[in-house]
Order: sequence, then C-alpha cells, then structure tokens
Amino acid sequence: MTEILDILVSANFWAAALRIATPLIFGVIGALVCERAGVLNLGIEGIFTAGAMAGWMAVWLGAGLWGGVLVAAMAGAFFGLIHAVLTVPLGLSQHVSGIGVTLFATSLSYFIYRTALPDVSSPPRIEAFQPLDIPVLSDLPFIGPALFQQTALTFLALALVIATAYVLYRTPLGLAIQAVGDNPAAVESQGLSVYAIRMGTVVAGSAIMALGGAFLTMSAFDAFFFGMVNGRGWICIALTVFASWRPGKALIGALLFGAFDAFQVRLQTEVGSFIPGQVFLMMPYLLSIAALIVVARKADYPRALLVPYFRGQR
Amino acid sequence: MIRFEPRGPVPVSRMLAVSVAAAVAALVLAAIPMAFAGLSVFGAYGLMAKGAFGSVFAFTEMLTRATPLILTGLAAAVAFKAKLWNIGAEGQLYAGALAAVAVGTGLVSGPSYVLIPLVVLAGALAGGLVMLGPTLLKTRLGVDEVVTTLLLNFVILLFVQMMLEGPMQDPMGMGWPQSEPILDEAALPKLMARMRIHWGLVLALAASLGIWFLLKRTVWGFEIRAVGENAAAARHAGIPVTATFVRVGLLSGALAGLAGVGEVAGLKGYLTADLSPGFGYSGIVVAMLAGLSPVGVVLAALFIASIFVGADSMSRATGVSNYLADLIVAMALLCVLVSGLFLRFRIRLVGGPAAKEAAE
Repeated sequence: MTEILDILVSANFWAAALRIATPLIFGVIGALVCERAGVLNLGIEGIFTAGAMAGWMAVWLGAGLWGGVLVAAMAGAFFGLIHAVLTVPLGLSQHVSGIGVTLFATSLSYFIYRTALPDVSSPPRIEAFQPLDIPVLSDLPFIGPALFQQTALTFLALALVIATAYVLYRTPLGLAIQAVGDNPAAVESQGLSVYAIRMGTVVAGSAIMALGGAFLTMSAFDAFFFGMVNGRGWICIALTVFASWRPGKALIGALLFGAFDAFQVRLQTEVGSFIPGQVFLMMPYLLSIAALIVVARKADYPRALLVPYFRGQR
Repeated sequence: MIRFEPRGPVPVSRMLAVSVAAAVAALVLAAIPMAFAGLSVFGAYGLMAKGAFGSVFAFTEMLTRATPLILTGLAAAVAFKAKLWNIGAEGQLYAGALAAVAVGTGLVSGPSYVLIPLVVLAGALAGGLVMLGPTLLKTRLGVDEVVTTLLLNFVILLFVQMMLEGPMQDPMGMGWPQSEPILDEAALPKLMARMRIHWGLVLALAASLGIWFLLKRTVWGFEIRAVGENAAAARHAGIPVTATFVRVGLLSGALAGLAGVGEVAGLKGYLTADLSPGFGYSGIVVAMLAGLSPVGVVLAALFIASIFVGADSMSRATGVSNYLADLIVAMALLCVLVSGLFLRFRIRLVGGPAAKEAAE
C-alpha cells in the first residue's frame, strides 16, 4: 500500500503521466475539432501513423525538428483532405471513409518506410526533442520536474488546448464551426459555406492529430517502428466522447489516462510476478470502453454528427 | 456546380460494373507507388498475376487465402446491412481460433464427425459472444459500437498472447508462445493432396449461400435490411429493432469466429498470436467491394486474396515491400466508396452557361 502512495507522490510519476498524455492530447483535440464540425474522423489511427512516419523521415533526411513537425502536420492535412472531400461535398459514409483513410495512411506510411529502407533491421534513430530546461520553473521542487522538464511538443499540446478552447468559444469562426456541427442549414442561411467550414475544420483537425504521431517518433521513441501507434488513435475517439467535445475536459481525460497508464507500468514492477503483463497492457483499452459506458447516457453528441449536408436540401 | 440526382433501384449488373471499376481504379492508382519504388508496372502486375494464378499451387494458395476473407467479408457485410458497424472482426477471428484450439486439442475426444462440428460450433459461438458485448452496449446504453469493437481487437489479441504464454502454451513448443496442435480428428480435412487448401473453403462458400438465403428469403433477413435502411421507421413498423441488432451482432461475430476456426483447424493446425495478417480489416474492404452482397463477397475475397498472394510472390522476386498489397487494398476501399456515388446518384453539371440561359 505504501508503495502505491510512494508512486503517486513522486514527481517522476507525474512527469511520465504528462508525457504519456501528450500524443493523446493532440489526438483528442484533433478528433474533437472534426466532430464539432459534424464529421467523425476514424482516419485518426492512420493519421497518427502517417504523422509519426513523415515527421521522423523528414528529420532523418535533415529537415530539422520543427521542419519535421511541419511535415507531419502537412501529412495529416493531406489525409484529412481526402476524408473531407469524401464525406463533406460527396456526403459518403463517414465510418467507411475514415476506416479507408486509416488503412490507406497506415499502409502508405509502411510502404514508404520499407521502400526507403529496404534492408534495415534496427530502425535508424534521430536526434529527438530534448526536455526543455526552463530557468527557475524547472528548478521548482516537485512541480519543476513533474511539469516543466518536458519537451517542446508537450508545451505545444498544452498551448493547443487553450488555443482550441479560445477559437471554439470566443471567435466567430469557432461559433461557425460549432454551428455546422449542430445545425448546418442555419449556417447556410447566414450566407456562410457549410462545405468550406467543414472541410477546413477536418483538414486542420487532422493536421493536429498527426502531431500526436509526430510526438511518438520525435520525442518519445526517436525512431519509427511498425505498429507503434497501437490503438492510441482509437483511444482518442473514445476520449472525445468522454470529454463531451470540450477541450478542457479533453485535457483532463488525457491526463487521467496518462496517469493511469504511468501508474500501471509502475504497479507492474511491484506485482508483475503474480499477474501476467498482458493484463496491464489491456487496461488502456478496457479503460476507454469503461469511459464510454460511464458517459454514454449523457453524451451530448453534436446534433449533425454523421449527417451529410447537401446544399439546398433539408 | 455539380449536382447529385438520386437514382432509382440499382440493377445487379450496374453494381457489379461499379465494383469492377473500383478494383481497376485501385490497380491503376497503385501504379504511382509502384513507380516510386522503381518497379515496371506491367512487369510487376505480370509477376503478381503469375503468383496468384500461374500454377495449380499458386491458385490453391490464392483460394486458401480467400477462405478467411470470405468469412470476415460476410461478417462485415451482414453487420453493415443493419448499419451495425462491427469493425472488430479481427478480434472475433482470434476468439474463434482460441475456442477452436481449446476444444480441439484434447478437451473432448471422439471421432471426426463429432469433433469437427464441435470445434466449428465453439469457434462460431466464441466469435458471436465477443460481438454480443458491443451490441448490447449499443442497444441498451447507446455506446458507439465502432470504438468498442475496435478496442476489443486489442484486448482479445493481448488475451490470446496471455493464454499462449500461460495456460495454453504447448509444453512441447520449446518455449514458443504457441498452442498445442489440434488433434487430427478435430482438423478440417484438406481438399487436395499436398496442397494447403482445406474444407474451410467449402464452409465459407456454404456460409455465403446461407447468408444470401437469410437476407433475401427470410423474415429475419427482411428485418435486418429494414433496420439498416431506417431504424426509426422499422421500429414504428413494429420490427423488433433491438432483437434484430442482437441477432445480427451474434451472426456477424460468429462468421468472423469461423474465419479463425478455418485458419487454425484447417490451415495452421495450432494457434499463434500472428495467425491473422489483418483478415478482419481486409474483410471490411471485401464487404464494401461486394456492395454488401453475400455472393459478391466471394468474388471480392478472390480479388483481394489474389492481390495479397500475388504481391507476396512479386515481393520475393523483386525485393519490393509487400506492404504494396495493403496499399492496393486500402485504395480499393476508397475507390469503391467514391464509385458508390455513381450507383446511387446521376451526376449532373448544373449552373453552367446552358443552365443560366435556360433560367433566363
């Protein structure tokens, strides 16, 4: 019991929680933005993979770390555009298109990786983002190591939460995005283009998602592996419902998730000899399902989610 | 300005034409990554065709690969008909395989005509039960089944790994995480001597006829289609929507479970955690290419299987990554989605000069 308490009060644990939460923050914010505009984006798992591969490869080819981040975002935007074209003006099934984008983005990323590096057995490493050493803040007791010794991408994720909340709730653009997700016909009658707003939002949201993948290769692991995304994208889709499509709650959900994941890794070292490791590895997925069950009854879906809008048709 | 005008009912011939067009479009689009990888496109497709159809061995390998794809394709098709988004065929396949191995490695003993049906039933039941959870969560609590079925894939694969490293590990397996071999009496017989093709193919073909009959000729089939077209209207019409979802979920999961049975009891003989190279996900593409038609599923599965088997053989000959096959399959899904527009809509250009003149 005391070991468990020791874990919870260690700065190291909370630093790990925030680190594990970072890709989920990008993913859930991206997914939430798309869904606020009425478009479910199941391409997320593949977009994560594409962001991870594209960002890593750009850096490996000498683009610089921020150049890699940009390339990852552009890869995400590209697959987001495919999903947007298929689901918004063409009005095709968002479920099927999203799965298609996931399969396409994943297989294309793997194919490019294998074509560029046909015979490599151990993946080449890059010089990844290092934890920032912020004067004063990093030296604070407990808070310093837990909160401020993270890489720049974690701070970018936190900044994105604030920026997304600001844009959604405080700007005309944000109100328009929320409106096309709730009542697109009303937006059209205001003289705004539902298609343009929805497509732009899906492309931007997908670019944000891809940064979650970029974090994996450019901050967490410094290399690209097959199967490295491993369901994180789907977990973000579950977290979006859990967060009731609110950026603040999305951050809390991702952090809770990161804390739980960091906790189970540490618990595993305590009781690993009694319980098979797979039980712990299952936890994130079971937890996501549990989170969906908990909020299912009061889930307040954007009213036009999954409903294609056709101009001049009601 | 482009306008979509809804068409009437879709004739089968046009549905077939659209699927073929989508498959061809995917093959044409795949020329881009092939050229990028330095392949000559015609040469590569020649090698792929030879690898899938070039000899009796190649052809039976292709049919062997198509067997689980027919079953996972049916699993997706029947669920999607009711707009029950079962994306969890991969996990259900493993559940079926695990149950088949549990029953077929000595839990019960007896002659083949007892053991084989038991193994098949156990696999189907396990797959169905896995899908029952997400279906009930959807109908009782309104939990989205897309995410739950997907997340369960990861849970089940981890569970299989746990069993294969724990209670179900083969003591004679030199420490490899694999199950004991299935008893000879419990294995699906081979269809041809010295080839890998097995009775799972017959099972898959029978299942596709069975599902066709169910959907076209029975009350349950009518209810499934009605729920898929408009669940609210179906409820008004007195169709038991919840019960229909549960039946469809069980059936869909059972079909995916059968795919797992075929792979362990017909092909490999024992269970490992890499039993399926994504048959569950490819099944979605098969179902969409087939326009959700149970008979079309067979043709679509043959197409996808020939891509996979052909690309494997082409990859060995040229050294180009066989992820190309996954890429073509993903492109086929996107192409069939787009081409579906031509099925449902007549596409007209409106608002051009001619239309303006007419308006004036």
